[in-house]
Amino acid sequence: MSKVVIHGEGLGKRYHRGALQESTLLRDHLSRMLKSPLSVFRRPKDETFWALEDVSLEVREGEVLGLIGRNGAGKTTLLKILSRITKPTTGWAEIHGRVGTLLEVGTGFHSELTGRENTFLSGAILGMSKREIDRKFDEIVAFAEIEKFIDTPVKHYSSGMYVRLAFAVAAHLEPEILLVDEVLAVGDAAFQKKCLGKMSDVSRQGRTIVFVSHNMAALRRLCTRAIWLDGGQVVKTGDAGEVVDHYLQKNTECNLESAWADDLTAPGDGRVRLRSVRVIPQTDFGEPITVHTPLRIEFTYFNYVPEMMLNVSMLLNNLEEVCVFNTYSDFAPRPAGLIRHTVEIPGDFLNAGSYYVNMLIVKDASTGILFRDNVVAFEVVEGEVVGNWYGRVPGAVRPKLNWRSEAIDAGDLEVSTARGQST
Amino acid sequence: MASVTAHPPDDPGLAKVSPETIALPLPTAPATVRIEPPHGWLDLHLHEVWQYRELLYFFVWRDVKVRYKQTVIGIAWVVLQPLMTMGVFTLFFGRLARLPSDGLPYPVFYFAALVPWTYFSTALQSCTSVVVDNQRVITKVYFPRLVLPLSAVVSGLVDFAIGFVVLLVVTAIYGIHPTLAALWLPVLLLLALLTAFGVGLWMSSLNALYRDVRYVVPFLVQFWMFASPVAYPSSLVPQRWRWLYGLNPMAGVIDGFRWALTGHGVAPGPLMLASASAVMVVLIGGLFFFQRMEGTVADRV
Repeated sequence: MSKVVIHGEGLGKRYHRGALQESTLLRDHLSRMLKSPLSVFRRPKDETFWALEDVSLEVREGEVLGLIGRNGAGKTTLLKILSRITKPTTGWAEIHGRVGTLLEVGTGFHSELTGRENTFLSGAILGMSKREIDRKFDEIVAFAEIEKFIDTPVKHYSSGMYVRLAFAVAAHLEPEILLVDEVLAVGDAAFQKKCLGKMSDVSRQGRTIVFVSHNMAALRRLCTRAIWLDGGQVVKTGDAGEVVDHYLQKNTECNLESAWADDLTAPGDGRVRLRSVRVIPQTDFGEPITVHTPLRIEFTYFNYVPEMMLNVSMLLNNLEEVCVFNTYSDFAPRPAGLIRHTVEIPGDFLNAGSYYVNMLIVKDASTGILFRDNVVAFEVVEGEVVGNWYGRVPGAVRPKLNWRSEAIDAGDLEVSTARGQST
Repeated sequence: MASVTAHPPDDPGLAKVSPETIALPLPTAPATVRIEPPHGWLDLHLHEVWQYRELLYFFVWRDVKVRYKQTVIGIAWVVLQPLMTMGVFTLFFGRLARLPSDGLPYPVFYFAALVPWTYFSTALQSCTSVVVDNQRVITKVYFPRLVLPLSAVVSGLVDFAIGFVVLLVVTAIYGIHPTLAALWLPVLLLLALLTAFGVGLWMSSLNALYRDVRYVVPFLVQFWMFASPVAYPSSLVPQRWRWLYGLNPMAGVIDGFRWALTGHGVAPGPLMLASASAVMVVLIGGLFFFQRMEGTVADRV
C-alpha cells in the first residue's frame, strides 16, 4: 500500500449566514453603535450553517479522488480547506507533499501584462519557482500555441487564446498533490478534452489528484475512488464507478422529460407548438441507463395547420458537442391536432457518456419551423464489465456488430499473405 | 481493448523510463502541512513568508509594471507629482505665508520632505486596499497573505528611488552637497517603511472587514501630513509639545531627511528612539491582527 498523503479527520466549516448579509461598511456599524450603544456587547443574531460537517478522508499517493455532489454540497469548501485557502471550523487535516490548487483558469492573470509576463506571474502565484518557469517557458508557450502573441498584452487576446495560455501555465505545475475544481466547465469541447488528457497524464505520473466535477464520464474515467457529498456530509465513499452509479440513481442531473402545459408558453408558433419530449429507458424504474439499455424518445406537438407536411428531426450530441448522429421521421401530411413521433435507440449502440437531444420540426421536408436545443438530456453509464478492461472504450458510439471468429487451415493463410505481398 | 496488450507491463524496456524519473526533483517544500481551525493569537508563521519570498518579488514586479504601463506618461508622473506639490508649497506656504524653512531654499526644504512623505502616504494607501484588491487571487490559491501588504510597501520603493534621484538633482542645483550624515538615510527610510507597514497592516485588515475604511484613510493621511513637518519646520512646534510631536515617527523621518541631506534642521535625537519603539508596538500588534483576519479573509472578501 502506498503511503497516505492527505489525511483529514472530522473536518467541518461553519459559515454565519447572518454575517454574510450583514453590512460590510464601518459606517453602518458605527451608526448602529450610536443608536443603541449596548448592541456592541450583544452578538448579532446570526444563523449559522455548516457548509461541511464531520468529513474524514484519506487519500493515498497516486490516487485520483473524485468529489461528487450537487451545487452547495460542500465539494469546493472541502477543496478550499485542503488547499489552505480557508481554515476549517472543526477537525484537522495533514497534507504530505507540495500542493497545487486549480480552482479557476487564469489565477493571477493581469490584463495589462503580456502573455510572457502573465506566464511568470500566474506560475509564481500557483506555486512555481522562477527557475521552474524559466525552464518550462518554451514548453508552456508551445502548448498554448500562442508563440506569435507572447509579447502582446493579454487584454488583446481572444478568449480562446487567453484560456489556452492560462491552462498551459496551470498544466505545467508539477505538484505532488493537485487539487482541481470544475476547471473543465470552461472552454470549448477541444479544450475540455485537452484538460482531461492532461489530468490523466498527471495521474499516470503517480501524482495524487483530488478532483471536483459534474462530468460523470470524466470522474468515472479518471478517478480511482470517489466521495459523494451532500449537504456538507459524506453520503458514500468508495470505488469511483460505484459511487457515481449511486449518485446518478439518486440525482439524475439528466433531464429525461420536458413538457409544456399550456400553449402560450410552449415553444412554437401559429403552425405548431411543442407539448413534450421524453426519454423512456426500457428498463426497470430507477435503474440507471447503461450502454445495454434500449431507449425510446417521444416527441409530441400540436399541429394547427391541417395536412401540413411535417416530420421531426433529432440530433444526438455528446458532451464534447459532437453530433453522434442525426435521425428523422417519415415525411407525410399530418392532420390538425396532437402528433406524436417515437424513435427507438437500441441497446448496445451508444457509448457511455452524457447525451443531449437537439430537435427540429421540419415542414415540407426542407424548412425547419421549430428548433429546440438540449430539449432532453440523459447519461449512459458503463454496463457490466466484460473481461478485464476497465478503461473507457473509445468512440462516439459502441455498436454491437456481428463478428465472425474461426480457426482456419494453413492453405487459406498462404493465399492471403501472398495477396498481401503482391500489393 | 487492444491497448492493454500493446504495452505489456512487465516489458523491462518500457518499465524503466517512467515520466517520474525524467521529471526534475521538486523544490524543497515543507514535507507536512497541518490544517487546523484558527486558534489563539500567537502563531505568526513568519518563516512561511520567507519561503514565499519569490512570490513577494513577483507581486512587487507586477505592481511596478502595471503602474508604469497604465499611465501614459509613466515614470514622468512619479517625478511630476511631488515637483508640482513642491511648487504649490513653495508658493503658498513659502512666498505667501512666509513660513520659516530652517535657512534652506524653499524648493529644497519642501522637496526633501515630500519625497519620503509621498512614499509613506502611497505605501500606506496601497497597503490598505491590497487585500481587497487581490480578493480574486486570495479566494483561489493559498499563500501567506502577509506577502500582499509587504509587496505594497516594497513596490513603493521604486517610485521613491526615482523621486530621490530628482531630489539629489534639486539639492545639487542649489549647491547643497550631502555629507556623511546621508548614511542616516537608509535608517530613516526603513523607519518610514515600517511605519507604513505597521499602520497599513491594521488598515488593510480593517478594510477587509469594513469596505469603507479605504475612504477614511486619505483623511487620516492628510491629518498625518499636517501633524508632520512637511509644510513647515518642526521648530514651529512649541517646546512643551515637542515630546508628543516626536512620538510621530514621520516627524522624525522628515526632519531626519532634511538634516541628512543638507545638514540643516533637527538631527535624529532620542525622541526618534521613542517613536521607533511606538512603531514596533503598532507593527507587532498589526501582525497579530492581520494574522487573525487572515484565517477568515477568504470567506469575507
